[in-house]
Amino acid sequence: MSAALLKHWQRAMDWRWLLPVLLAGGLVVAFAIPHFRLLNNYVQLVLICVGINIILATSLNLVNGYMGEFSLAHAGFMAVGAYSSALLSMKVLPVVTHPALFHLAVLAGGLVTALLGLLVALPSFKVRGDYLAIITLAFLMIVKSALENIDAVGGPRGISGIPRLTTLPWVFCWTVALVWLIRNFVYSSYGRGVLAIREDEIASDLMSVDTRRVKILAFMLSAFCAGIAGALFAHLLQFISPRVFDIVKTTEILIMVYLGGIASIGGSILGATLYTVLLELLRPSTVAALLSWLPAVVFNPLNEYFIRHLGMLRMIIMPLALVMVMLYWPRGILGMREFRGFIPLGDRWPPPAVRPRGADVA
Amino acid sequence: MTLLRATKVRHCFGGLCALADFNLDLRQGELMGIIGPNGAGKTTVFNLLTGVYRASEGSIRYRGVELVGLTPHQITAHRIARTFQNIRLFRDLSVLDNVRIAHYSQTRYSPIEALLHVGRYRGEEQRIIDQSRGLLAIFQLEHLAKETACNLPYGSQRRLEIARALAIGPELLLLDEPAAGMNPAEIDQLMELIGSIRRQFQLTILLIEHQMQLVMGICERIKVLDFGETLAEGPPEVIQNEPSVMKAYLGEDSAG
Repeated sequence: MSAALLKHWQRAMDWRWLLPVLLAGGLVVAFAIPHFRLLNNYVQLVLICVGINIILATSLNLVNGYMGEFSLAHAGFMAVGAYSSALLSMKVLPVVTHPALFHLAVLAGGLVTALLGLLVALPSFKVRGDYLAIITLAFLMIVKSALENIDAVGGPRGISGIPRLTTLPWVFCWTVALVWLIRNFVYSSYGRGVLAIREDEIASDLMSVDTRRVKILAFMLSAFCAGIAGALFAHLLQFISPRVFDIVKTTEILIMVYLGGIASIGGSILGATLYTVLLELLRPSTVAALLSWLPAVVFNPLNEYFIRHLGMLRMIIMPLALVMVMLYWPRGILGMREFRGFIPLGDRWPPPAVRPRGADVA
Repeated sequence: MTLLRATKVRHCFGGLCALADFNLDLRQGELMGIIGPNGAGKTTVFNLLTGVYRASEGSIRYRGVELVGLTPHQITAHRIARTFQNIRLFRDLSVLDNVRIAHYSQTRYSPIEALLHVGRYRGEEQRIIDQSRGLLAIFQLEHLAKETACNLPYGSQRRLEIARALAIGPELLLLDEPAAGMNPAEIDQLMELIGSIRRQFQLTILLIEHQMQLVMGICERIKVLDFGETLAEGPPEVIQNEPSVMKAYLGEDSAG
């Protein structure tokens, strides 16, 4: 039964038009939600956070999953994107032009961050594994303390009063566009170079892969996406400070990546969504709202004991859930696998080219 | 015509010289073997030729281009490919991807085209897939194309490594102990395979081997190394009767 279901599912995923139709539908819904107030502001906020986290997780997965390095710099990249775009939209762009030119500020934030990604790629030529992790950690600390000590960007107080320009439909567009870029990169000769570096760097060099170039491209693309996520984040919260972009933020993104599964775009999307939504669901007020339909006899005692202590419990439940996932799916939920619909047609199995009849795995 | 010429190459690891005063003249189209006891410096020769190590002294010229100082992928771009003594496939990737990766330097599209999947991307990808499948077919691996490389049986992994090396489009192929771990029947097949790819791809082959059946069977010229120095060089029948070689392999008495 389930095998037949799986077959139907796979066949459905092979429809060329399925993903475009879903995306177009998503776009319409994303524009309709704020326009017709289909969902309240809180739910919209959560959805925006899901989008931003998807960008962060997918781009970190490029370095940590596909390339097999362990980068801790992601929150640092995010900070650079957030600060540069916030300064641009506050100090440079006139207020009138905000809705139209906001995306230029976001893009500029991404490009500035990509340049920094280039800087982080340089030590990766010589250093691998744990030691590269330390270097990226140092990079994160440098960014944070630099921001704390530059008075022009508010020092430790950060920047407040950033215009709120991040909206649900545009986050949807950015998310789709960036995930698409990363997916395209992964399914190209450069992406295969990234995988080869993970498997065996010396052998990939000897198989004509220009490992330095591939590393630079991967780090820059990853940083670019993180920078854009940071820019969207800054224009959502309207307030940023160096404290926001510390190691805890990096850890959150790491959790999303490893929860969803390494070397999988579908996994990163799943991991980011699950992590964000579950953490929100475990808020006492959310749980209370979700359970309010229960009769008062049941609801009141629940509210009294369980929901009240949930604030503390969620800090136990979430890590515990993560431990369980790691025990049962050591590579994450979708580790090294991919949603069929995300794979370009030429790369899908069974391949369109000729296969000898009756030949199977020996 | 000389394809590759190494002159007075010397390579030391700290105080230990793995290779001293190494000279090699490889003519185009030749099949040459390097033999010698363990630790004689055979694999060091390959690592120097392919840029994994940088020679401490001496020069390696390939078609007039100096190879010393180039990085491995630059040397590979000059169409020199190699295999490894202990198989180094991309273990967790599919058989097809293993071969596709080796097309990297021949891929003619820019990062922008790769990011947007436009322009030359589609045509190039199709070409790479077709070429890779063609190579796999030559090595009877086509039906295994989607298998993960590490799940292949040992002999198939060895063949896949040669297929991957050929994907670079080499003129010079370096084989590092291709027969290691094979039984006599498999070695016969391997000898046939080496002969046929040599004709089909017009290769010059330099191989390291311990297996005398293979070395004496197919090599046209043999170079014997011991402790980083060349003991002898010549056609198989000469090498077989060379006293210094017998001494190195079998000990003092048997040479007499």
